[in-house]
Amino acid sequence: MTDTARIQDSIHEQDEYNFAYLDEQTKRMIRRAILKGIAIPGYQVPFASREMPMPYGWGTGGVQVTAAILGRNDCLKMIDQGSDDTTNAVSLRGFFEKTAGVRTTCETAEATIIQTRHRIPEKPLTGEQILVFQVPIPEPLRFLEPRETETRKMHALEDYGLMHVKLYEDIARNGHIATTYAYPVKVNDRYVMDPSPTPKFDNPKIDRMAALQLYGAGREKRIYAIPPHTKVRSLDFEDYPFEIQQFDKPCGLCGADNVYLDEVILDDEGGRMFVCSDSDYCEERRAQGHLGPMAADPAAARIGTKEPA
Amino acid sequence: MTLFHAEDPLLQVRNVTRYYGDRIGCSEVSFDLWPGEVLAIVGESGSGKTTLLNCLSTRLAPTAGAIEYRMRDGAMRNLYQLSEAERRLLMRTDWGFVHQNAADGLRMNVSAGANVGERLMAVGARHYGNIRSAADDWLGRVEIDSDRIDDDPRSFSGGMRQRLQIARNLVTQPRLVFMDEPTGGLDVSVQARLLDLLRRLVADLGLSVVIVTHDLAVARLLSHRIMVMRQGNVIETGLTDQVLDDPREPYTQLLVSSILQV
Repeated sequence: MTDTARIQDSIHEQDEYNFAYLDEQTKRMIRRAILKGIAIPGYQVPFASREMPMPYGWGTGGVQVTAAILGRNDCLKMIDQGSDDTTNAVSLRGFFEKTAGVRTTCETAEATIIQTRHRIPEKPLTGEQILVFQVPIPEPLRFLEPRETETRKMHALEDYGLMHVKLYEDIARNGHIATTYAYPVKVNDRYVMDPSPTPKFDNPKIDRMAALQLYGAGREKRIYAIPPHTKVRSLDFEDYPFEIQQFDKPCGLCGADNVYLDEVILDDEGGRMFVCSDSDYCEERRAQGHLGPMAADPAAARIGTKEPA
Repeated sequence: MTLFHAEDPLLQVRNVTRYYGDRIGCSEVSFDLWPGEVLAIVGESGSGKTTLLNCLSTRLAPTAGAIEYRMRDGAMRNLYQLSEAERRLLMRTDWGFVHQNAADGLRMNVSAGANVGERLMAVGARHYGNIRSAADDWLGRVEIDSDRIDDDPRSFSGGMRQRLQIARNLVTQPRLVFMDEPTGGLDVSVQARLLDLLRRLVADLGLSVVIVTHDLAVARLLSHRIMVMRQGNVIETGLTDQVLDDPREPYTQLLVSSILQV
């Protein structure tokens, strides 16, 4: 038995934490907000967000949602920027291992609850799974209309011209819609929603997704949801239709096409590689024998891709 | 000029009263406004003209009284019995509101083109090219160069901002425009140019206008009819020339005689 496991056991014996940290009344309150959110797809439900033992910006909203829906038989996966092994993912996974003692995994297919920051897994999710998003700023209209009273009214009256003003500005300044993340969507032909800071590459996955999507914003105290198989349309203009990012090379490690790639700087001489942002997907493909051009040794392959200084 | 060709009033105001606690903002104001008519509300600061304008434009609920507006379908509707959604639609299609301070009426952090296009997008325009050409057209009509279409209003002079605000309001072809001291804070040559422009647009588009001003020269140039307010009450109304050339009330006489002569 490792030290960590021993500490965990002793905590559970002493009953220091309630299951999944939050007390049961708080969970009920959050579940009510979640149910309301599911009933009104895309509507931001205010909830009494709690102080969590981590700073705002670390995913306190997502953590509270996960804590409220987590059961003892659930298997939890934590993603940060597509990866299972970055600080945020490791810390939050550790948090739930410690406070709930649930099974955790890095494999998308195995998880029943996936909490994510920024990415939606490349592997299609099923109706048995729930995707929980950590949201920093839930209000898509915020940057153009600072008054909360006004944005709420705009949602209530479906007064969404302003959202297109933002897209208009994009085209006027850049010649195309330059918003690449937190790209506004219209849910079920009613509410305009900010799909958290996910890259717009993932927007098509939100549309009619089989899994339930829950969005939690801890600092802003809002929860919203997209029920399974709900229509979600990315906003655009008739002559400037919505399009996702294109990558001209496959993943350097697993050779996957049509996935979202991260740029990895290899040295200070312009060496770089592009790899799957979804680390689990990449590993699984490599285990199946798919190899990208730099799979053997990224450092050795870098001569080939080095760009002129 | 063909003025009052239409048969029915566009706006019917009856006994509009607004109290701020015990104090009177405006009291028992009644008038009719016909299509194509420009009505000036004049008076000194604190006389209740802006309160009245805000009541008329549904920005401030009156304490008592009724305001009816003829919708595009010809039916008279009480403005304060409309739903908020209907009122908003009215404000961004059939109406315009030109603020004294252009920054209140513009989005200062988006380009001039987006400022003009916002109303179009709000009523459902989703074709970038069309929105942009409409914006370009309107900038031209208010004498702003095409190459400023992607600039922020922050980089515009006071007069340009005011003209941009006017373009932004007129792009949906409203029938009624409220103006609160549209020339306030502009120097006289810029004022003259703006007044010229307003006069032309109002005549070309057959707009009805309710304009609040303390500047009798503005009232003289733009308006057909004038309403003089003092301490929340309307003390004199009539045709502009008649009131200004032959004021009846002592207070109006005082106002007219206090215009600086150069």
